[in-house]
Amino acid sequence: MTNPISSDKIESEDIDPQFTERIVEAGADRIRTCIQCGTCSSVCPSGRRTAFRTRELMRKAVLGLKDEVLASPDLWLCATCYTCLERCPREIKVTDAIIIMRNMAVDEGFMLPQHRKASQKLISTGHAVPIDDANRKVRKDLGLDELPPTTHSKKKALRDVQKIMKKTGFKKLIEGQAEEGA
Amino acid sequence: MVKNPKFYHFLGCVIPHRYPSIEKATNLVFEDLGMELLDLEGATCCPAPGVFGSFDRVTWATVAARNLTLAEAGGHPITTGCNGCFASLWDSNHELKHDEELRQAVNDNLAVIDREFKGTIEVTHYVDALYNYAGIEKIKKRITHSFEGVRMAIHPGCHWMRPKLIKKKDDSERPHIFRELCEASGAEYVPYKDELICCGAGGAVRTADVKVALDFTLQKFESIMDAGGADIIVTPCPFCELQLDLGQVEIQKYFEKEFHFDIMHVTELLALAFGHEPEEFGLTTHLQYMQRKNQPNWEKLGIEVQKPDDAITSK
Repeated sequence: MTNPISSDKIESEDIDPQFTERIVEAGADRIRTCIQCGTCSSVCPSGRRTAFRTRELMRKAVLGLKDEVLASPDLWLCATCYTCLERCPREIKVTDAIIIMRNMAVDEGFMLPQHRKASQKLISTGHAVPIDDANRKVRKDLGLDELPPTTHSKKKALRDVQKIMKKTGFKKLIEGQAEEGA
Repeated sequence: MVKNPKFYHFLGCVIPHRYPSIEKATNLVFEDLGMELLDLEGATCCPAPGVFGSFDRVTWATVAARNLTLAEAGGHPITTGCNGCFASLWDSNHELKHDEELRQAVNDNLAVIDREFKGTIEVTHYVDALYNYAGIEKIKKRITHSFEGVRMAIHPGCHWMRPKLIKKKDDSERPHIFRELCEASGAEYVPYKDELICCGAGGAVRTADVKVALDFTLQKFESIMDAGGADIIVTPCPFCELQLDLGQVEIQKYFEKEFHFDIMHVTELLALAFGHEPEEFGLTTHLQYMQRKNQPNWEKLGIEVQKPDDAITSK
């Protein structure tokens, strides 16, 4: 049996060279300059308490280990605080790279049910956190309009934003999968 | 300096639907400082950068751009009191002004509702509006209720100042703008080791795994206790406020650790410092007090409340 990791070249069927290229094109253009110093992991508040390892993620991204990266639930443990990006000695847009990879993960069907639920609320109300009855009462008691001047009280505005989400394919992305029971 | 500046008030979701006391306090403070807030009619969710930016960047930018075009039509800057809304609106405004390809894609989408992103307005955070338009000196002159002797920890949060190379307004590793604004209230600034760590709620983490998000918050609280404790924690973001405020109730449930910090948005702090009564903007409607059925620590805040039973929660 041959060792897939030779001293000359890493060869693995899991490597997708296009993966790195897409991350570069989407804006994290300096990712190939990563020197694996580990600053990103060492300053990451999420990595202190979870299995999320930014440095490992950056390495896998540069190697092109697409499936491994996109299927990992850890990808969703970044709080996007930007501390890694601020301190990266190579000025790599680490957080942006993570967001790009999340976009690709969603595109491949990896989506947490609770995130899809928030998306459904955006589609149906125009708000990820819509108003509720208790809050309407508090607003009234405070002398504020019971419904703010947003899509909650402007029906045409809601229809407009729903049209946009249909046009971009977002509605299908969220509801298409719901229909399949994914 | 613009005299009587006007801003479109971008509300977002958490302020009007979970912490309307911030909306009311902001109205009071801006009026006191001669800054006009205009309704941004028909606005939506920013949309939240953590979930929607992560799901589909073009949809995120298009929905954000629609909100921007509402303000472009009236020709005034936007102001928002939420770090998340600021991240979506400021970042998309910036990206759309500099990324021709994205702008084309977004405008193709906006064409279905006869709108076009033009790139003619600026997006500000309340902190920017207060610091740059009103200024610390004017704010200090307006203070009638000093918070002298109140121990104040601050939580600046992430997205109003990071990334520093792009936002270019404060050194996010040694920020001073938000601190100066809070210190104008007269409160005693309490430095603590983890002041700059995220509250834990952002990036869709609170939605993904609330216990992980709360663990960030717990670290922050313990760091404040290590620094000698604080009476209040002030933040410029309602989502951070929710995480720090309601988070205390949740931390008690998940980690069996009890904290009692009064949490305020910076406009709530300033409303009190400008002499407004807590019931004028509903300080006691914070989710922490509603769920614990208690009240702010009035004595430590130096606020006399004659009949706490008359507070808005018990009406």
